[in-house]
This record gives sequence, structure tokens and C-alpha cells, in this order.
Amino acid sequence: MPAWKAYHTPSTVDEALALLASYGGAAQIIGGGTDLLIDLQHGGQEPTRAALVDVTRIPALGEITSEGESVIVGAAVTHTAITRSALLEARATCLVESCGVVGGPQVRNVGTLGGNVAHALPAGDGTTSLVALDAEAEVAWGDGRREWLPILKLFKGPGVSALDSHRDVLVRFRFRLAGEGEGSAFRRVMRPQGVALPVLGCAIWVRLDEARATYADARICIGPVERTPALASAVQEALRGRPVGPEALEAAVAAAHASLHPRTSKYRATAEYRQHMVETLLRGALPLATRRARTGQAVAEGLGLA
Amino acid sequence: MTHLHLTVNGTAHTLDVPESRTLAQVLRYDLGLTGTKIGCEEAECGICTVHVDGLPVNSCIYPAFKAQGRSVITVEGLAEGGRLHPIQQAFLDHGAVQCGFCTPGLLMTAAALLAHNTDPSDHDIKVALKDTYCRCTGYASVKRAIQSAGRVMRGLEPIPPAEPAIDEPLHHVSVSEPVPDVADRVTGKAKYADDFTFPGMLHGATLRAAYPHARVLSIDTSRAKALPGVRAVLTAADVPGENIHGLVYLDWPVLCAVGDKVRYMGDAVAIVAADTLEIAREALGLIAVGYEPLPVVGDPVSAHRPDAPRVHDGHEHGNLLKHIKVRHGDLERGFAEADVIVERTYHTPTIEHAFLEPECSIGVPAGYDSEHDKLTVYVGSQIPYQDRSQIARAMGLPEEEVRVRGTLIGGGFGGKEDIISQIHAALLATATGRPVKILLTRQESLLVHPKRHATVIRIKTGAKKDGTLTAVEAELYGDGGAYASLSDKVMTRATTHATGPYVVPNAKIDCYVMYTNNPPSGAFRGFGVTQSAFAVEQNMDLVAEALGMDPVELRRKNAQTVGVTTATGQVLRESVGLIETIDTVEKDMRAAGNGHGFRWGWREGDIAWGWGIACAYKNTGLGGGAPDRADAEVEAFDDGTIEVRTSSADMGQGLRAVLAQIAAEELGLRYEQVRVLLSDTDLTPNGGPTTASRQTYMSGNAVRHAATDLREALIRATAEELDCPPERVRFEEGLVRYDRQTIAFGDAVRLMRESGQEPRALHEYWAPKTQPLGSGGDMHFGFSYATQAALVSVDTTTGEVRVHRVIAATDVGRAINPLLLQGQIEGGIVMALGNALTESYIIEDGVPWSTLLARYKMPSIKHAPEITSHIVEHRLSSGPYGAKGVGEIPSINTMPAIANAVYHAVGVRVFSVPVDQDALLRALRHGETELHTSWQDVK
Repeated sequence: MPAWKAYHTPSTVDEALALLASYGGAAQIIGGGTDLLIDLQHGGQEPTRAALVDVTRIPALGEITSEGESVIVGAAVTHTAITRSALLEARATCLVESCGVVGGPQVRNVGTLGGNVAHALPAGDGTTSLVALDAEAEVAWGDGRREWLPILKLFKGPGVSALDSHRDVLVRFRFRLAGEGEGSAFRRVMRPQGVALPVLGCAIWVRLDEARATYADARICIGPVERTPALASAVQEALRGRPVGPEALEAAVAAAHASLHPRTSKYRATAEYRQHMVETLLRGALPLATRRARTGQAVAEGLGLA
Repeated sequence: MTHLHLTVNGTAHTLDVPESRTLAQVLRYDLGLTGTKIGCEEAECGICTVHVDGLPVNSCIYPAFKAQGRSVITVEGLAEGGRLHPIQQAFLDHGAVQCGFCTPGLLMTAAALLAHNTDPSDHDIKVALKDTYCRCTGYASVKRAIQSAGRVMRGLEPIPPAEPAIDEPLHHVSVSEPVPDVADRVTGKAKYADDFTFPGMLHGATLRAAYPHARVLSIDTSRAKALPGVRAVLTAADVPGENIHGLVYLDWPVLCAVGDKVRYMGDAVAIVAADTLEIAREALGLIAVGYEPLPVVGDPVSAHRPDAPRVHDGHEHGNLLKHIKVRHGDLERGFAEADVIVERTYHTPTIEHAFLEPECSIGVPAGYDSEHDKLTVYVGSQIPYQDRSQIARAMGLPEEEVRVRGTLIGGGFGGKEDIISQIHAALLATATGRPVKILLTRQESLLVHPKRHATVIRIKTGAKKDGTLTAVEAELYGDGGAYASLSDKVMTRATTHATGPYVVPNAKIDCYVMYTNNPPSGAFRGFGVTQSAFAVEQNMDLVAEALGMDPVELRRKNAQTVGVTTATGQVLRESVGLIETIDTVEKDMRAAGNGHGFRWGWREGDIAWGWGIACAYKNTGLGGGAPDRADAEVEAFDDGTIEVRTSSADMGQGLRAVLAQIAAEELGLRYEQVRVLLSDTDLTPNGGPTTASRQTYMSGNAVRHAATDLREALIRATAEELDCPPERVRFEEGLVRYDRQTIAFGDAVRLMRESGQEPRALHEYWAPKTQPLGSGGDMHFGFSYATQAALVSVDTTTGEVRVHRVIAATDVGRAINPLLLQGQIEGGIVMALGNALTESYIIEDGVPWSTLLARYKMPSIKHAPEITSHIVEHRLSSGPYGAKGVGEIPSINTMPAIANAVYHAVGVRVFSVPVDQDALLRALRHGETELHTSWQDVK
């Protein structure tokens, strides 16, 4: 049995929704397909999809456009396109760093940011950064509603999305670009054995006060810790109002140890190791994000091989 | 139905194909562009890479209709106007092509890089090729080739190939001649088994066991047979001959019968042939099998318990497949003499070959067409003649009624010695009267074929204060899995080599190879010695530390030399280059201190650095009393060419070149005058198995003798024409000379034919006789030796381990082809690096977990260290020009060298591989100095 039968390439969101509706749940959205095809071919007793609806030919889903201080990134923008965006590198550095370590070039050339989010893994690389960037996602629901949602509303459980990929279309993402005194960074730890999922990933966004001396705000996403991506609110709280420096870093580390308790994942990482990695990643990413916020300069690091 | 519009390599196509196709399927099966290979269908291996609108993508998980209207470039489109792309030429020049199966992927990925960056750094290359695997080369030659091609694209001179320094080149021997036809592997022309199709060909699929251990109560194939498009559904009842196969012991059913048992998850219960692969797979789901699940034997130690369930009911020693013993000297006295005794237990996991070409067999029925008058099986096999005998036994045919035609092999490493689908393809072809192809998916391949034995090795080493070893006692457990395969031989090698390449006057070594319900274990490069060396060489470092002695000095002091006796009672009479390998590596390693003085370990901030060293030896040839024979034939033609024929496998190591070089050398021919035909049981004589690092020596000797015999016959035939005494006839540069007279080689051939003799010589080469283990005689006719040093870093904030450098010195007797030899060494080192750092095939109570390539990571280019490889040549007098084997030795000491380096870096000794950053970091945080768990133990 083939994994799917028909293959459609609609050119508008409405056309995609209509196609999905016409199959009554038997068709499925495909972005790059770099995860989906593996699921379809090797995921066990998956039924044949009557059709795949490829959203990558819908122009609006493939664009990166700035709107004032915000940027809109289409859900079908590839990881490669994100890593090549000078705008994103300068002003959403963590997203570029996280998209730059996904797979190899062949996967990044095809795999989309929307696919990463729709997969709803608790440590999706792009997802982790979008959470730290406080992104919103535009969803075209199968029932005709179209709305912007905070990204965290999309995740219902490990691998379980609020979106039904047989009926709904993830359209695009929107978030504020880093402004004066703001910066971000992403770091992760992998193991060279077994599945290519991060042992732990960490995206940090910070805003410093006008003097660039104190943390005015911070958003930190470290995963997998919870069953869905989540902000490390206690760590953020520990930074707010604290002067930039070693004391702030130690406070963040202490808050992280007190509040974040990752689990053991079979063949992936022990809870104890992950707990250490929370600290290691914070110690790497927080000074980096802070430096970027202070200097206004950001060059993405670790692309391709981290 | 929508048509698919594609421009492929500049040609526009409008295709009427199912919308369910992947791009790789359209390219391979609809357009016949078989240069694009399918390795995993998981976006893991990258060998299916093609360009879509200039961007490299994995075509195996790329829906074809996603490429609607796009421009696709495949490996067939890289060359322009008949001129190779610089990257294709560079791959040839630098020996970056071995088996060639991953080559299209590497080329396409590299070409995409070079299109934007003709001066890529090491880092750039690692980023671009990170997810494009090669299992043969170790990536060193690939990197050089890419940088060289970039230079050519910038209008600069290419980089010369990195050939190792060697002694005395002859005309063709000890010269880096190219492998005949290797250019086909960079253009996509080279044909592997799945690249063949025949009119009317059906597709086969195999129903595997549903349990690791169960009695088969019933099999109902009626629904499957009723599915339209299904042409045959066969079970054990349909096997016309003996329903059994096996390389050493006949214990492996072709198909598991009702009333018999399945013994591992890869066991075959039924086979289907259908019009399409999709129908065949659908039919598998319609076969109803009734099972009575039985208790599972999950590991070799529990398998040995008296109350353990039996894997083979009738086996006289329960689950004990073999108890192998080495007894030497007086163990008690040896330990009594010791000032220091070290006793430790080591674990190594099951390791998968992960050759990039999944197994494929095509059966063609007898009488199918004029080319197939007998039952023929096309397969990329390491042992074509044993395939033939095993097929014949199961088919109930005389061996002469079966023909095995070897195709190119996309990597073997020992994993293509056993029967996998050869008999099934023969059965289905015979039953349907049509050709039947059985191509395993990667996932099926991971499940089915025999792997490297998981071992538990306890080893006790005694030494005097001055470092002299006094005794070794060892106990090894090997997980043989469900069927014997080559377990007996492999674990014998692990046992006999468990002293290391040292003089050990007293030894007692016991090895228990056990049947379990895990996938069978069999041959894998290193053949058991990889495992025992991991234990032996770390115990050596522990002894050195206990004595306060330098690890190099301890090894040199005990190293085997000419004249010593091994623990199996063999007196080494010649060709023992171990000490020279130690000296060579030590010199380089100590020089790496950059003038700051050499240190075994040091810290730079959070990064800990360490060097480690390890030695190895490995027999050439079967040994142990097994008659070891290889036949080769050389035939000459009037056009001045010759053909060398033998059934020996070229699985990427370049045997074709080695045999052509030897024939050209002996007959004074230009290299281009030699053709090589391998692995056709009707046309080529039996070269024996391509295993045990034996073919350069065995088939090399056979070809050398056949060529010499032919030369003598040609001399006799031409001496009269030249009017000269036979002893003064010389063969040079494609000519036959006597003083100033010459005749062309082809004319000499014609003269011979006219004198009534066929210009053809067949030689049966018999290796020097060896003795069985326990007899105290020569178990082997020769050993290769090696020393390696590894430089590693450990990030003490994450536990991550990286190997930066490996310095190797390898005593190969003689380098017949330096560039190919270099490729064997570099590839072997990176393969063993995988054993040390990345690889473990995980089985949970008989059920493999590692059934996706995504769950089995082999080293990628990002793991590849800088390799410095020195060749040491202590001639073996019986070897061709002094050569002995090299295929396996590079994969033996890398793992312990890395483990010893980790110890020197952070003071934690690794008793279980692969080195686990998780456990290592925890050990560092807790101040522990021993690591007894690995990744597979994280639960």
C-alpha cells in the first residue's frame, strides 16, 4: 500500500482548506515532509493517506517579511531560508541558531519551520526559539476561523498539536524583532548516538535597561522539561531587575536548578545529566544573549555542526 | 491523474506516474537513472541526494510531485559534454571512491557546496556533508578530494593524493593504479543488484517473525494468495530441497516451518512474489500465522545458565554454541611470578555493519532466456560459491544447476557473507517462472543480517616490576544470536588474540559463544579481535599505571618479535613489524607536543585532552587448520589483452586493482591491457570467501601463479619464433622481447593458440597449511600488526568526547596499492571510531530497538579525525611480493586507543562502549574513575 495516494499543491490557504475538507480528514498537510514521510513510511500501522496537501507553493507561507518592529515568517519557510536571512540573524538570532542545527543541509533545504512547530515536540529546535521570542502563530482552522494565537497554545502534549493536520493550516508566525538593548541566543546538547533529538535545548531572549546594566526582561525556553514547550518563568523572574554580571548568572542557575526538573528519557539522557545540562546551557547562552543585547551586534554561532 | 513535469539533467519529461512516488523512485524506476541510490528512506544517510532547483535534497523522502515543474540534477548530470565535473575527477584521483554506493550522494552534496564556495574550509565541508554518510573511506580522502576540486575550479593545480611512503615500487605493484571501471562509480553507471531489472520481473517480500522466540502453530496463506497481483506465496512446505542453510553449521531454516520455531525477529516465515512491491507487502499483511510464544533468551550470560530456555531444541550442548579454549604454560606459576595483577570486566555491544547498500537478490528461473539457461541469482555477495552451494541444497539441485552472478557490492565488511534472500529469490523465481527481485528495506536489513558479537570479557593480566608480562587469564562471553553463522570462527579469533600481540608465557583463555534469541552474530571487520583488543589494550594501560611505567614502554617490552612463541604455541618466524609500528607512532605522537613537551593528558579551560595508544595484530587467512584455497584463471587474447577471473569479492576495497596489478606485473603488460572478471560461478573459479583479510594474499597469490604459468607457456610458444633460449625471453611494456627482437604480446598469444594450446592458465593456490587451535602448531601463516595513537578531547561541561587525531602505523608486509591501502586504513579507523563513540545496536529481550537507521548512528564526516597513516612493510615470504592482509587490522586498536585517551584526559576508565557523555559527565561530577554503563543502559 502506498503511504499516500493523491498529491495536491494548492496555491492559496483557502484552496488548501477546501482540499482538506473535501477528503473529510483522510488527507494530510505536508510541508517539507522530512518528518512526515518518515512517520508515514516507518511509523507503524499508519493508514494510507488519501492525499497529501503540500502547502509550500502557497506564496504567503513562504515569505519572510518585516512589518515595523515585527517580522512575519511563513510556516512553509525552510530552515535554510531562515538561516540565510540577514534580518533574522541580526534581530532573531536564536531562531537562526536553532534552525541552523536541524539535520543536515538536505533536510534544512526542505524542512519547514511550520513543520517543526506542528510536530509539537517538547524540544523542537525552531519551536524552542519561537517560544523565547514570544511568537504568535496564525492558524486557518478547518471550520473557517482564522486567528492569531500565542505559540504556546499550539501544544497539547508530546507530539500532540492543537492543530489537526488533516483539517487545519498553520499559516505563519509573527514576533517582535530584537530592538535596542535586546538580544537572543540558542544552544543545545546532542548525543552522537541514537535518535537525533536534543538532549536539551535552550533559547534565551533578554532585554536590558537603557543603561544596558540590568535585565529588564527575559524569556527562556529550555526543553524538554515539561510535556510541552514552556517558559522557564522562575529563571526569568530571577533575572528581572538584576544587574548584568556573574551574580545574575548564578541566580539564574540557582533558579533553574530549583525550578526545572527534566526527566530521564530512555536511550537519550538521564534526568541527572539533563539537570547538569540546564546549567551548562544557561552558562553558555545567557552571557551570549546578554552580550548581543548590550552591543546590538549578533553573529549566529554554531550553524551546521552544533 | 495529473502528469508530472520534471526537467532532469536538462531534459524535460512529462511522466504519467502514480502520485505516491518519491523523487528517488521516479528517477530510478521510471526514468532508469539508477545512479541515485536509496540507502535508508529515512533522510539519515544522504546517499540519495540530488539537486532540486540547485539545492541538495534527500530524494528518498521527497514526494516526486513536490518537484512538479522543477529542475532536477542527478549524478548522471554532473559531467558536462563528456567531461567529468572536477569533483568527480577529484574523487577518482584521491581514492575517495570505494564501494561507490554512497558516492553519488557525496558527489551531489559536495557539488552543491562547491557551486557556492570553491575554497571550502574543513569546517565548511563538515557542515555540507554532515548528513551524507560513507561507510568505507573514513572521509579523509573525501575532504581532500573536495578541496582539490575547489582548487581546480579556481584555476589552480589539484592537490596531490595523500599516498603513504612505501618501499620499492615495481612496474605495477606498489603503485597506486586505479581500480578498473571505478569511473563508472562517479558517473552513476555502476550497477548494483537493485539497478538490474528484467522483463516481467516480479517483486518479492518476506514475512518476518512476530516474536523473538515462538513455536509456529499454523500458517494460512490463502488470503494472500487471493490478492490480485500476487503470483506466489511460499512457506517451508514449498522448499524442494533441504530447508536449511548456514556457513559453518547448518542450523538456519530457509523458511520457518509449522511445528518448528522462530528464533529471532528476523526469521522468515513466508515469502511472496507479486507484480509490484506494494502488492507483495500488502500480501504479507494477509498471511495469518499462529504462534505459541516461548521464553526469550536475551543475553549470552543468562543463556549459559542450566535452566535457560533452549534456543535450538536438539543442540547437544544446550545454548552453548562453542566453548573455545587456549591453554599455554603454567597459569598459577605465571601469576605467582607477577608483582602486579590487574583484573577487569569489559562490555562491548552488538554492532551493525550499516553497509550503505541494503541486501538485494534477483532470482532468474532456468530457461528464462538464452542468457539464463540455469537458475541464476544476482547478488552482491562476499562468498558467491557458498551462496551457490546453499541455494542448490535448498533447491534440491546439483550445484552446477545454479549460477550465482556477483554484482557490484555496496559495502560488505563481513555483513554480506550469509544467506539473506538469495534462496528466497531462487524459490520465488522457480515457483513463478519469472525473475523475482527481493530488495530489503534498510529497516529489514537492520533486523535480519548477522552483526558484530556483543561480548562480556573478563581479563586478568599479571606482570613483573620490570613490566614483563607473566600471565593472562580471560573469560569471554559472545552473543552468537539465533544461528551460528560464523560465530565459531569469529569468537575463536577473539579468544586466540586475547593475549594481544605480546609475549605471554602463561595463558588460560575460555570463550563461551552462546545461542540467544537475538539477531545472529557473524563476520564483521576485525572478526572478534576488535572486541578482545578493547579489553586487552586497556588492561595493558592499567598494568602500566600500576607499575608506574610508560604505556608505550610496556608494550614495546612485551611486543611479539620474530622468534617468539604465541599463546597458541605458534613460533613467529618472519614478518613481525610490531615494534616498528610502535616506534613510528610514538615518534609522531611525542612530536605533537609542539615543543612544550609531550603529555598524556592536560587541561585547557573546560576542555580536557588526552592521548591514548593501543596495538593490534590480526591473522591473514582462515587458519586454524581450515584448508585455505583460492583459484584464479588468467586468459590472454590476440588483441593483447588478458582477463583475470576469480570469484573473490571487490566490495570497495579495490581487489580488482590488486589482481590486475599483479597480473600486469607478471606478464609485463600495460595496466590497461588487463581486465578483471569477478564472482560469476559459471565463468570464474572459486576464490574462496572474501573474509579474514585474505584476498590480497590468497587470490593475489592465485593470480600471480596463474600469470606466471601463462607466461611460461607463452615463452615456450614464442621461443621458437624468436629463435632464442626460453630463459632469455622477457615480458615488458606489453611486448615479448629477446635481445633486440620484439613481438607484440597479442602476437605471442596468437602463436600459442596456433601451436595448439589455449592461452589460458588456471591456478589452484593452497595457502601454507595451518594447525587447529590446541594442537600447538602454526594456527596462521601470517599476521599483520598495527599501533595507533588517538588524541581526544572531553568537554568537561557536557561530557562530549571528540577524536581529533589518529596516528597509525600498520605492518602490511607490502603495500600493493598504496592509495587503496590508505583507504582501507582510514576507513577502518573511522569505522572503529564508531564502535568507540557512536554505535550500539540495541535489543530489548530479543526485540531489536535499533530497527531504524535514525536509531543507529554511524560516524559522519563531523566525527572524522585527522588521520596520519604510516605503512610498515615487513615482508611475508609466502605473500604476493611479501604482502599480507590489511582489511581488518585498522578496525582493531582504534577503540582501545580512544578509551585509553579518554582516561588520560579525565581519569575515567571506559569499560563499556560506546563512550557515553551522560555517564562520563556524571562520573566526573561524582569523582568516579570507572564507567561501566553506556548509552544503551539509559532507561
